[in-house]
Amino acid sequence: MRLLKLLKQHVGMVPNPISDATREIRARTRGADVSISVCPYCAVGCSQLVYSKNGRVINIEGNDASPINGGTLCPKGAATFGLLTSPARVTTVKYRAPYGDRWEERPLEWAMERIAQRVKETRDAHFEEIAVDGTIVNRTLAIGHLGGATLDNEENYLIKKLFTAGLGIVAVENQARI
Amino acid sequence: MADSDCVVIMGANMAENHPVGFRFVMKAKERGATIIHIDPRFSRTSALSDVHVPLRAGSDLVFLGALINYTLKHHKYFKDYVVHYTNAPVIINDDYRDTEELGGLFSGYVEKERRYDAETWRYAGQPVHSGAEQHASEDFQTREGVAGQDDATKQQTDPTLQDPRCVFQIVARHYARYTPDMVEQSCGVPRELFLKVAEAITSNSGRDRTTSFAYAVAWTQHTTGTQIIGACALLQLLLGNIGRPGGGILALRGHATIQGSTDIPTLYNLLPGYIPMPSRPVQSHATLDGFIREEKLETGIWHDLPKYLVSLLKAWYGAAAQPDNDFCYDLVPKIEADHSFQAMLLMMKDGIMKGLFCMGQNPAVGGQNSILGRQALANLDWLVVRDVHEIETAAFWYDAPEARRGDIRPTEVKTEIFFLPAAISAEKEGSYTNTQRLVQWHDKGVEPSGDCRSEATFLYDLGKRLKELYRDDDGPRGRQINAVTWDYPTKGPFGEIDLEAVVKEMNGYTVVDRRPVTGYAELTDDGSTACGCWIYSGIMPEEGRNLARARSGDDRAALDWGFAWPGNCRLLYNRASADPDGRPWSERKKWVWWDGEQRHWTGHDVPDFPTTKPPDYRPPPGAKGLAAHAGDAPFVRLADGKGALFVSAGLKDGPLPTHYEPWESPVSNLLYPEQSRSPVALSFPRPDNRYHEPADLRFPYVLTTYRLTEHHCAGGMSRWVPWLAELQPEGFVEISPELAGELGIDNGDWVTVSTLRGQIETRAMVTARIQPLRIDGKTLHQVGMPWHFGFGGLAAGAIANDLIALVEDPNSRIHQAKALTCNLERGREPKAGRRGTGGEGRGMHPSRDDGA
Amino acid sequence: MRELDPANGSIGPESSAANTGARRGALGFVTDVTLCIGCKACEVACKQWNDLPMDDLGLTGHSYDNTNDLGATTWRHVAFVEQFGQGRGSQSMSNAPGSNWLMLSDVCKHCVNAGCLEACPTGAIIRTEFDTVVIQQDICNGCGYCLPACPFGVPALSQTDGKAHKCTLCYDRLKDGLEPACAKACPTDSIQFGPIAELMPRARKRVTTLRERGVESAYIYGDRAVGGTGGISGLNAFFVLIDAPEVYNLPNMPELPQRKTMASYLTTIGTAVACGVATYLTLRNR
Repeated sequence: MRLLKLLKQHVGMVPNPISDATREIRARTRGADVSISVCPYCAVGCSQLVYSKNGRVINIEGNDASPINGGTLCPKGAATFGLLTSPARVTTVKYRAPYGDRWEERPLEWAMERIAQRVKETRDAHFEEIAVDGTIVNRTLAIGHLGGATLDNEENYLIKKLFTAGLGIVAVENQARI
Repeated sequence: MADSDCVVIMGANMAENHPVGFRFVMKAKERGATIIHIDPRFSRTSALSDVHVPLRAGSDLVFLGALINYTLKHHKYFKDYVVHYTNAPVIINDDYRDTEELGGLFSGYVEKERRYDAETWRYAGQPVHSGAEQHASEDFQTREGVAGQDDATKQQTDPTLQDPRCVFQIVARHYARYTPDMVEQSCGVPRELFLKVAEAITSNSGRDRTTSFAYAVAWTQHTTGTQIIGACALLQLLLGNIGRPGGGILALRGHATIQGSTDIPTLYNLLPGYIPMPSRPVQSHATLDGFIREEKLETGIWHDLPKYLVSLLKAWYGAAAQPDNDFCYDLVPKIEADHSFQAMLLMMKDGIMKGLFCMGQNPAVGGQNSILGRQALANLDWLVVRDVHEIETAAFWYDAPEARRGDIRPTEVKTEIFFLPAAISAEKEGSYTNTQRLVQWHDKGVEPSGDCRSEATFLYDLGKRLKELYRDDDGPRGRQINAVTWDYPTKGPFGEIDLEAVVKEMNGYTVVDRRPVTGYAELTDDGSTACGCWIYSGIMPEEGRNLARARSGDDRAALDWGFAWPGNCRLLYNRASADPDGRPWSERKKWVWWDGEQRHWTGHDVPDFPTTKPPDYRPPPGAKGLAAHAGDAPFVRLADGKGALFVSAGLKDGPLPTHYEPWESPVSNLLYPEQSRSPVALSFPRPDNRYHEPADLRFPYVLTTYRLTEHHCAGGMSRWVPWLAELQPEGFVEISPELAGELGIDNGDWVTVSTLRGQIETRAMVTARIQPLRIDGKTLHQVGMPWHFGFGGLAAGAIANDLIALVEDPNSRIHQAKALTCNLERGREPKAGRRGTGGEGRGMHPSRDDGA
Repeated sequence: MRELDPANGSIGPESSAANTGARRGALGFVTDVTLCIGCKACEVACKQWNDLPMDDLGLTGHSYDNTNDLGATTWRHVAFVEQFGQGRGSQSMSNAPGSNWLMLSDVCKHCVNAGCLEACPTGAIIRTEFDTVVIQQDICNGCGYCLPACPFGVPALSQTDGKAHKCTLCYDRLKDGLEPACAKACPTDSIQFGPIAELMPRARKRVTTLRERGVESAYIYGDRAVGGTGGISGLNAFFVLIDAPEVYNLPNMPELPQRKTMASYLTTIGTAVACGVATYLTLRNR
């Protein structure tokens, strides 16, 4: 009898035992917080579900409810979690002094103040209130800005408002011309 | 697109670059639609299409022109649509001379200044604006050509389309030499294949059927990019495929909110909502009144420009903006000339620009002539880079090929560089506008870690610091920064501003009680309303109701999912989906129609038309704004409400799309032998940006650049991500087996690709997906390189943009990366500056460089 | 969340209506090559959900395929086959799917009779309640017996933990009623997930449609009804193909290795019995 059972098991007629660990397996998203996001890559605008636990993202996948992507994603969209948790992602400020040969770590607060000072210095030195023909121009050509297409609309609005309306920077450009 | 009966993908690689968008093409295909891919390379899009048409890069306009010619010659155009909805019947000024008469030039060419005077392109009897959307993209160079106001009710027309001076006849003559034989000789597309495509497109257009076109940057990145798109628009108007379901011209855009960043422009020549930026050389722009006089159109939606502009000034300058100071119009800086991306590079290199912010853009890889670009970065006093990874733009001073081979040393680079880590969409809230103008909100999932912050947080913080620094400055510098309103509510541990407050500002509100307006119709020009971007008005119709966050759309047009400008309309100019009497052209293609009983427009979509204007409405003499448009004029954003086959003003390179060879081409212009290059393309000839003359034998191959599914643009968001890096781990150049045979190259061999701008080494991918073409009786080889790669990241490779010159389309100021000439040789580039041969390679993947 | 109800798949074994060979409640994939755009979203979604590292093989030069094959850390793999100059082309305007650049997303077949499971000496490989085949990582000792036992070469030993790994058909997600990551991500529904009892008829209909549209070569790989499953009795992850299996790097006639050993098994027993009898006779005659 025992021999028969062994033989049967060997040819797969009796199921192998299921371990406790296997029995306990569940999707790790169970009980996670979910927020609705939009894929940061191309302009199709796929809706994503961002799952997080304890303030850390644990999974990102497509949102079934979206009339655009219906839960699907492309490889880049599917790699959004990889972008967020990329091992090469930089999370601290890096500073490189003029003629320096290395990056230096600096506090964010220090960098913000230093940037504000540099903006003021450059703007003050190269601000044009009135052009040679007498037209009021209130501008500086000495500072430029690049980027916007990967940011949020509201951020684009703030860039144009602060840089152009507030500082007179006219050379504000993004990837639309690339 | 899923409603299309035929989908033509040209100048795009949709399956690879917009895979999820391609779902809708696949749906159309499963329903029996014909899918056509016209592209130099056989890509994953071609593999899924019914037909792939390999053509010579840069010959698109010959192909499209031949489609126009075919449509007219074989009477395949949609006559009722053309007569009523386009400017085909309009009579053009007697002085107009076509390229057919002047050897490739239009009348009005000013040779000395390489520009056109558009005076002779006018409608007969009156000067007419072309419509502010095109209008907005121009600057002082052709401004004098747009003087005067038009009146849509006074056009001279010939509804029979027989008058030799009417647009229809001019178009027919202009394209008469764009024949199937010309396509065969110039594009390298066999005549029969062309005819097959022409037949498929025209037989799938009309009352009951529609064809859509999808394009991307392989149309825009040419010196004639705007005109290539214009040719498609002309064709689609003739076929009646605009404003109808399953029709249209879809721009497939590559960044999450590249549409949004054009609508709410971080672009030098625009104010929010496509209002032109004030320009110093335009005399009238010196004052608010002058600006309005110059830019306002008497008829159509741009009649209300003063309301949009004054409301914008109120949103920006708040209480400081008052009627007695022209709402602080003087504080808006005036542009001087071309300050677009390419001009900026030169300004940096030449020392005019001293400081640069770079937020989520990687010009050291993504910019054309990126060798020059990196030299430009090295000449800045300071540079702020905000990104996720240490992209090449931040690392150029020690890691670029020129640094690795010792041509530049870090200790010789003066630029002070700040790298500030950025937050990603899941770590911040805000909205993106997708390629269909759909604004969608993303919620914040988690707080960003470390020093990572959103751009909004950075900008708000920087703005506050600058206001503090200028607090006591009463001069113009202080007045400008101090007048800007910068008081947003904040929340969260990092003092992030509540972006819904910004949405409300963009939407617009009444100043007295800060109540959101429900749409731009409520805006005023007396300072009682503020609105940051008039076309987005309606996105927050009441306090706290952010329609970008609407997520319940499941009907046909999904109107309750997100918000599409204008006014949540999903299909622009959708009045054209009904016939002149307001009835659907056919049951199958019904979308928006006139309900005679209820006396309003209705349908599957929000009508892009005054809701209660009946089809038989005729404007009284002297009517202004939209009231000047008849009930059968669907194109509400154009001055006369009609689709423009012939663009009488607003374009710098002519009223009709015309084929010119790419700036660098191995063949001459078979249509206009005297005029190979675009006569008005903008070039920057200088020692660090040298061009190849047409048919330069040293550079015999056509080079085109492109993207891959697995990477994103200049790679900042993909080349450092392991799961994407493994899929496309290294740069390469695709060459045909025939060319590989001629040059003795095996698959995987190192090759050197060179132009007068640069020389790079990369690996050869020998594939029959690239075919040699027969052009004008001779064999022509094309090669293709993805432009994602750079020296950093897990997936590294030579920078394709090192090869590409700065040269611009005069309208869009976009460069030409999709067709140029190059040389290609077997073997490595001796001075490639590989990782490990100098500089400070981080050794992330040492094996990668030596090409195991 | 897209919910699934395994109970929907309740049909009797060997159901005559579907004739799928599937067991009651069996879930699986159909992967339709005519809908695949080769984007590799399935590969990435799989790696993301299952937390698998990059393989890092470098540029292989094999078309756009740089992950090469299924392995311990690649459980979905999109193969690219360039077949130019071989007749099939997308120049016919025939609305017929299929071009000369073939793409196939390969995966563990979750065989109805699984060689790996039968060969596993430790009992690590189980057949789940969804009729999928899963290697229990807490039991696997890395002996590698499952590797040669798989006619498709799917299981592979990891270089980091030494154990055998392969697609679990997202067993953890199935337990929570979620669709497997690859099928969910697939933008064009080339990978479809569901009860075999629904998938198989749908796939057969698809093949009929394809043939009507001129793709005469379309067929289901892994359909028990068309035979040729060599003792495997059908695949719970099956394919709609338009060229010979070998073109996609799939075996033409997959067979359980156990089948081959059955003859020698019986010979061994027979020999033992014969030896015994002979010995007995010899001893008795003494």
